[in-house]
Amino acid sequence: MTAVDRRLAPKLDAAAALLAAWPEPRGEAGWAQVARARAERRLAERGAPGRRDEYWRFTDPTGLVAQPAPAAAVLVTDEAQVFDGVDQLRLVFVDGVFAPELSDKPDLAGVEIQSLAEAVRTDIHWARELFGALEASGQTPVDRPLASLNTARAVEGVAIRVTGRATRPVSLVYVHRSETSDAMLRHLVRLEAGADLTLLETGAAAARLNVAMEVEVADGAAFHHVRAQGRDHERRAATAIFARLGRESRFKSFTLTANGRLTRNECVLEFTGDDAIAHVAGASVGDGDFHHDDTVFVTHGAERCESRQVFKKVLKNGAVGVFQGKILVKPAAQKTDGYQISQALLLDEASQFLAKPELEIYADDVKCSHGSTVGAVDPTALFYLTSRGVPRAEAEALLVLAFLDEAIAEIEDEGLADDVRARLAAWVARRRRA
Amino acid sequence: MLKIENLHVSLEEEAKAILKGVDLEVRAGEVHAIMGPNGSGKSTLSYVLAGRDGYEVTEGSATLDGADLLGLEPEERAAAGLFLAFQYPVEIPGVGNMTFLRTALNAQRKARGEEELNAADFLRLVREKAKALDVDADMLKRPVNVGFSGGEKKRNEILQMAVLEPRMCILDETDSGLDVDAMKLVAAGVNALRAQDRAFLVITHYQRLLDHIVPDVVHIMADGRIVQSGGPELALEVETNGYAGILKSVA
Repeated sequence: MTAVDRRLAPKLDAAAALLAAWPEPRGEAGWAQVARARAERRLAERGAPGRRDEYWRFTDPTGLVAQPAPAAAVLVTDEAQVFDGVDQLRLVFVDGVFAPELSDKPDLAGVEIQSLAEAVRTDIHWARELFGALEASGQTPVDRPLASLNTARAVEGVAIRVTGRATRPVSLVYVHRSETSDAMLRHLVRLEAGADLTLLETGAAAARLNVAMEVEVADGAAFHHVRAQGRDHERRAATAIFARLGRESRFKSFTLTANGRLTRNECVLEFTGDDAIAHVAGASVGDGDFHHDDTVFVTHGAERCESRQVFKKVLKNGAVGVFQGKILVKPAAQKTDGYQISQALLLDEASQFLAKPELEIYADDVKCSHGSTVGAVDPTALFYLTSRGVPRAEAEALLVLAFLDEAIAEIEDEGLADDVRARLAAWVARRRRA
Repeated sequence: MLKIENLHVSLEEEAKAILKGVDLEVRAGEVHAIMGPNGSGKSTLSYVLAGRDGYEVTEGSATLDGADLLGLEPEERAAAGLFLAFQYPVEIPGVGNMTFLRTALNAQRKARGEEELNAADFLRLVREKAKALDVDADMLKRPVNVGFSGGEKKRNEILQMAVLEPRMCILDETDSGLDVDAMKLVAAGVNALRAQDRAFLVITHYQRLLDHIVPDVVHIMADGRIVQSGGPELALEVETNGYAGILKSVA
């Protein structure tokens, strides 16, 4: 056995165990079977994530791979669900299983909503161009094994085709009820030319969640994605978004993460049409047993596109934040405007932030910048606030929220942004009392 | 109102003495000016009174209406009625100017056992004060001091003072970085606040501010002590002869 084989062997064993743990879907259309078989082969050949993989150096994948899923207590709270006040079309999943009795009727002008199971059973379906395709192309140059597993096995989720401008957000509500649930969700979203949709995702979903979403944003379409991951302290989640962006399209994704033992949020974007815009942002706050990883890969393959990554993390009591962000500019992607900032505010010396910003540029006429900072609360600002009579704890809270605001400002809808601000303020306030 | 006795202060980090026995008393209704060359300890005095970290009081006392100031946190000093207008007002991205002002005012009122001001009353109060200082709605909306010009920052300091209505106001080089028009505006703002139950300590390097904010008493500070005190004419003497002449005569 060579050294490479020895490193690969446990990854292959883990991959086989993952595939064995999830039943093989039956009775699906030929195109779906092909996509699933290819994904299964990718995973079986490349293996599950391992600690020595380049993109898992900062995050131990054990809790995401282990069988069975590690248990996680359900957070008991009488608070209203985040974004509750927004007029929305709710699709509710309980421990990863669609609950029609809790959901709204999927009637929305300009939007076709189906379950994934229905879509993959239909021989002629728009989803055949999408399902597994964006995930497969997102596997180069970096393996994303948990997304391959998702393509191979996920049977729950939605297929959404948007032909017009949706008048209200489609909201995926993830209810976590069982301490031992292991959920896998797969969503397919296609926005036709000029369409417009806001998609909300809220909740912990399960003790462990693997969710993947493929999004095709056609020419001139706009996709807004706002997500609030559940506050359950022990939950684990691996999420992946794969998006392909057409000419003059707009893609905006924001994720709020408060708590959670382990979160890996991957976002893989590719510009295929000129003059498109994509912003990916995240605000995460963790106290204690919290490991949060944002891994972003943006490929500029067209001219005059703008990408922006804004990630802010507030960490205390040994919480760990990770950012791995890459901008790849292909030779033809002239006039690219790429921006990336990742910042962590450490509220004590026990917490840490690990960042790996990367730029890889093959075009000569581009504007790309990246920055990564880590620091404590600014004592000068703190003194200024307290000298005006603001108590120290309140001043600190103000500065923490101010630090996060650059990421929240990426949410276009002011109502949603204000709700996120309120949730973060409440999180900070709970810790002031603690 | 403010009474400083034999105040000795060192830097915490390097045990370097900055203030070496400052004695000063400012009574209600009075305006005192402290002038002095660079490095004489003027700004340190203002920071120590306001409660900034990094200084160690090794001897002496400072009281506000007989109550010890030096043992209090900065926010407690503010609630007790002390206000420092910063030489370099701090930019705080992400915190709106109005949010900041309202949080500060209501925190002080709460600390004094007064009722908090509601949003409508607060807005009315700020608008009225802002108008006099030529602070426009845009400045109020922006994050604290972010993108403000030097003059705007100083006007914002005076606006905070006008809203918070402290009893003891310390102005640290409020004239620095101001053109003549901005200085007049700031001075008018300060003069409008002069009152029987309020006192000012105006720290400045140059005499020109004192043409607009006329002091009752002028102190000259050098090497951590007040070396000479007098009337407004002392400021004119500084303007004519510089600090060198005065310091020589004191020595």
